[in-house]
Amino acid sequence: MKFINYLQSIDGVAIYPLVPLVLFTAFFAGAAWFALRAEKTSMVCKSRIPLESNDQYEL
Amino acid sequence: MSLEKFSYDNRTVKWFAYAAVFWGLIGMLAGLWAALSLAIPQLNLGYAATTFGRLRPVHTNAVIFAFVGNGIYMGVYYSLQRLCKARMFSDVLSKLHFWGWQAIIAGGALTLFLGYTTGKEYAELEWPFDIAITVVWVIFGANMLGTILRRREAHLYVAIWFYIGTWVAVAMLHIVNSFEMPVSLFKSYSWYAGVQDALVQWWYGHNAVAFFLTTPYLGLMYYFVPKAANRPVYSYRWSIIHFWALIFIYIWAGPHHLLYTSLPEWAQSLGTVFSIMLIAPSWGGMLNGLLTLRGAWDKVREDAILKFFVVALTCYGMATFEGPMLSLKNVNAVSHFTDWTIAHVHVGALGWNGFLTFGILYWMIPRLFATQLYSRKWANTHFWLGTLGIVFYVVPMYWAAFTQSMMWKEFTEEGQLKYQFLETVTTIVPMYALRGLGGALYVSGMILMIVNLVKTVRSGSFVADEPAEAAPLPKVIPVSGKGHWHNWIERRPVQMVVFSLIAVGIGGIFEMIPTFLVRSNIPTISSVKPYTPLELHGRDIYIREGCYTCHSQMVRPFRDEVARYGEYSKAGEFVYDHPFQWGSKRTGPDLARIGGKYPDSWHYNHMLDPASMSPGSIMPSYPWLLEDRIDKGKTPAMISAMRKVGVPYPHNYELQANKDMEQQAKEIAASLKRDKLETLPDREIVALIAYLQRIGKDIKAAPEKPLAVQEGQQ
Repeated sequence: MKFINYLQSIDGVAIYPLVPLVLFTAFFAGAAWFALRAEKTSMVCKSRIPLESNDQYEL
Repeated sequence: MSLEKFSYDNRTVKWFAYAAVFWGLIGMLAGLWAALSLAIPQLNLGYAATTFGRLRPVHTNAVIFAFVGNGIYMGVYYSLQRLCKARMFSDVLSKLHFWGWQAIIAGGALTLFLGYTTGKEYAELEWPFDIAITVVWVIFGANMLGTILRRREAHLYVAIWFYIGTWVAVAMLHIVNSFEMPVSLFKSYSWYAGVQDALVQWWYGHNAVAFFLTTPYLGLMYYFVPKAANRPVYSYRWSIIHFWALIFIYIWAGPHHLLYTSLPEWAQSLGTVFSIMLIAPSWGGMLNGLLTLRGAWDKVREDAILKFFVVALTCYGMATFEGPMLSLKNVNAVSHFTDWTIAHVHVGALGWNGFLTFGILYWMIPRLFATQLYSRKWANTHFWLGTLGIVFYVVPMYWAAFTQSMMWKEFTEEGQLKYQFLETVTTIVPMYALRGLGGALYVSGMILMIVNLVKTVRSGSFVADEPAEAAPLPKVIPVSGKGHWHNWIERRPVQMVVFSLIAVGIGGIFEMIPTFLVRSNIPTISSVKPYTPLELHGRDIYIREGCYTCHSQMVRPFRDEVARYGEYSKAGEFVYDHPFQWGSKRTGPDLARIGGKYPDSWHYNHMLDPASMSPGSIMPSYPWLLEDRIDKGKTPAMISAMRKVGVPYPHNYELQANKDMEQQAKEIAASLKRDKLETLPDREIVALIAYLQRIGKDIKAAPEKPLAVQEGQQ
């Protein structure tokens, strides 16, 4: 079943998938850029947070 | 800097842990029962409450919202406090959260057994529960955010991002999908109709899997796997990418549940593309978890907890590879409406959610009670029982799915369908029995765990308030590394909430805008008319008995389906369907063109004893429909609620609806009488027959020449 004619009746329908795609790509590129360039010491430090035990009943 | 002394609240964690175990057992037993009743129909017991159609929603809701739900809270309340180095924000909120959620579960289970359901999968609970869920979810969010704001650790560890993302996304999904018009205290009609309802429902349904069963458990994985292995997560960089990619992409994948249906094609394609993209972050996350165990594989051989985690992550990887594959149209053509879907979700539910929960329980309970696990050997036995259970569950289901799908599609040389629908069911009944064995193994493993944990609890003494100390958060947090916006956001929980909302909101809004924007987006078919009052009552009965759990109402445009059921379904046929009833599984045949296919008397006898009309049928019988009276008092409220959601009943029609209903009921009673079946016209069976005889008939009344509006879509 083709719905293409109904979509054509919406002005500029292509904008709907495009807007979030551009937003997503831009944001994701930014986050990836940050993650890949982040300093190793800072990453190691953050990844150890769960292991910093401050409860006395830790076995 | 002076250290502040405080304590962690272990009591709430313990309650949630107990609740997860208790409801998990109940939910899995309900599942086992439902599964066995497909192999042995007598297990439906002849009571309304114990038929498959009511048991199945109890099972799915109990496992998702009660077992996994309490599992999430258990893990979040334990890890959040420790990751934030702070006690939960408010003990009162913790209590309200716990008891509120348990009340919803108990009330929800009871009403589902009684047949109060919205008829929308995984969102079956009726409107008062929807409101209660919203309130409790807000309490959970306030408690969580309050704790984060009072934290003594500058950086928000990645697990917390997943918790925040979960909270935001579930809030949005639940509210959008639950728009409904109350008819009575426990009955409502979906605000949306037909195609729109389907789109919203599966946008919700898919994301319930994503944001209730996946993202919170990934958060738990990022905390408990490093804890159990005593080493940090393999790559923190990956975890950042994992988080953002997952929450952005997941929200788009919903329409893959509606391939080949009457959903606009662009939306189907979008769902497929984003589903394929999902493999990358999902596998990134799985590998991140598995590689955390690098250098600790010798421990995996000994330690049941790590074994549970490894299989959980592997199942997560398998399910997230399979998911995108199922969203390919050619694979979906085979898998959809078969047991493949059931196998797929159980790899996730039994493997990923179940095993991760078990691993966490074995790790956490001894720590809450300052003792050792009672028996490591039993934990290992549980691991093997569970693993075998999963294998014995999913292999027969895959087998059944392929067998049945191939049989559905097979034609003889003369061009006739080779198999009757019922033959394709009786062939796979042995697989249903074998699946029951898998389920029984899995449940027996869980019972062993319960005994083990009870003995552990008895051997220790509970540490309700676990003392801890940490330096307070400095007013100005020293920045390590380069000043990057992501560094900034990682320390700001409120902004994290807002950005997560934007991320999931964008996906959701843009996915659905075109469908809602133009009314003509759903082509109207002039011969499609609103249901009569009697048919509406029949439809409510159809929903109440959970017929949609086994019967679809969606003929896909395939040769075999058109040959078997009739003309394929059109979007415009469902404009008055609040809620839509397309279904997701064909344990019984499709009903989209059932109207007029059989005489009224056939339906009467079939509902009384399905096997009398279809020898070998595994459908339960519904004798109470022959006795129970139609609730005429509700008719005006039903008509009025339907009008409010857009069904064009004439002004003041509710005043004469009952009169019209009696007239139509008398005609059906008379038709039954001609076939020597005496029934009073005010019985529920009459309403159900009226509805069944109406389904899919409207377009047959359409003029020979298609209307102008229809031409474009043919």
